[in-house]
Amino acid sequence: MARIVVITSGKGGVGKTTTAAALATGLAMQGRKTAVVDFDVGLRNLDLIMGCERRVVYDFVNVINGDANLRQALIKDKRTENLFILPASQTRDKDALTTEGVGRVLDEMSREFDFIVCDSPAGIEWGALMASYYADEAIVVTNPEVSSVRDSDRMLGILASKTKKAEQGEGAIEARLLLTRYSPARVEKGEMLSIEDVQDILSIDMIGVIPESQAVLNASNSGVPVVLDEESDAGQAYIDAVARFLGEERPHRFTTLQKKGFFGRLFGG
Amino acid sequence: MGIFDYFRSPKPKSASLAKERLQIIVARERAHRSGPDYLPALHREIVAVIRKYVQVNEDAVQMNLEREGDCEVLELNITLPEKE
Repeated sequence: MARIVVITSGKGGVGKTTTAAALATGLAMQGRKTAVVDFDVGLRNLDLIMGCERRVVYDFVNVINGDANLRQALIKDKRTENLFILPASQTRDKDALTTEGVGRVLDEMSREFDFIVCDSPAGIEWGALMASYYADEAIVVTNPEVSSVRDSDRMLGILASKTKKAEQGEGAIEARLLLTRYSPARVEKGEMLSIEDVQDILSIDMIGVIPESQAVLNASNSGVPVVLDEESDAGQAYIDAVARFLGEERPHRFTTLQKKGFFGRLFGG
Repeated sequence: MGIFDYFRSPKPKSASLAKERLQIIVARERAHRSGPDYLPALHREIVAVIRKYVQVNEDAVQMNLEREGDCEVLELNITLPEKE
């Protein structure tokens, strides 16, 4: 049985797809057979972030409708062993994802994979509800910024009541926060909410803190999940988050301002 | 920045403002979420009944649901306008 994790947020543009790609790739790198599923029907983008956009033949909705089977639709990642991508459909039909259909496909995948990472669309509409419905746990991606934090709280409320587990009386699924675009320099100046601030407001565990980093745009530009850029701060922060996801305890890195030494300042290092 | 700025009390930082605003709105929305579904409708109707007799703003009727052990207390606070 696979562990199903949803990457969600409420607000758009905070790094859900980047995170889904990084987590799935990170898990596969650890030898876990992993599938990452794009639930953003109509606005497919995970394929671009994973760099497999030209290999899409069938999609999630094709599988639900029986136009293709899973084996035909799953794209095997070329860089990382054990990693498969199920792209979203480009259809504008909002009813394409049915509760029954999504459940059936996830169930079939469950038998084959160790992890299924569901990349949720923004908002709290049907697609987002479907992405989290069958989840065993959730990662809520948040920027240290007022609208994102508020939307995350809203999403946490939805996760607590609108999943299959919650409906069956098994209680709220575990949800953890991933703080992205974090800038220690701005936090130090009092211009940005700190990790502690966000934790105080949302009272939820933090699975990772990803620093604001040029590496994220570089990664999406080239279609390589940022976790593969092991030299970069963001890549390493994602590697830490993956380890925590697998139960390891690791301190957060890149969360304090790196003071430049005398020579660093002199040479602008 | 002039030298005298050093002696003024520092402006509140925008992050602490953000935190304060978020704590208030999040607490309010959570209270709203955990309450029963009929609360907003009940609030509207109570305002309508009061308005039959006194003209009040919607804010003048504050409703608060609190849990104390097994017991739920609905607290209703109506501020009437001052007499002219």
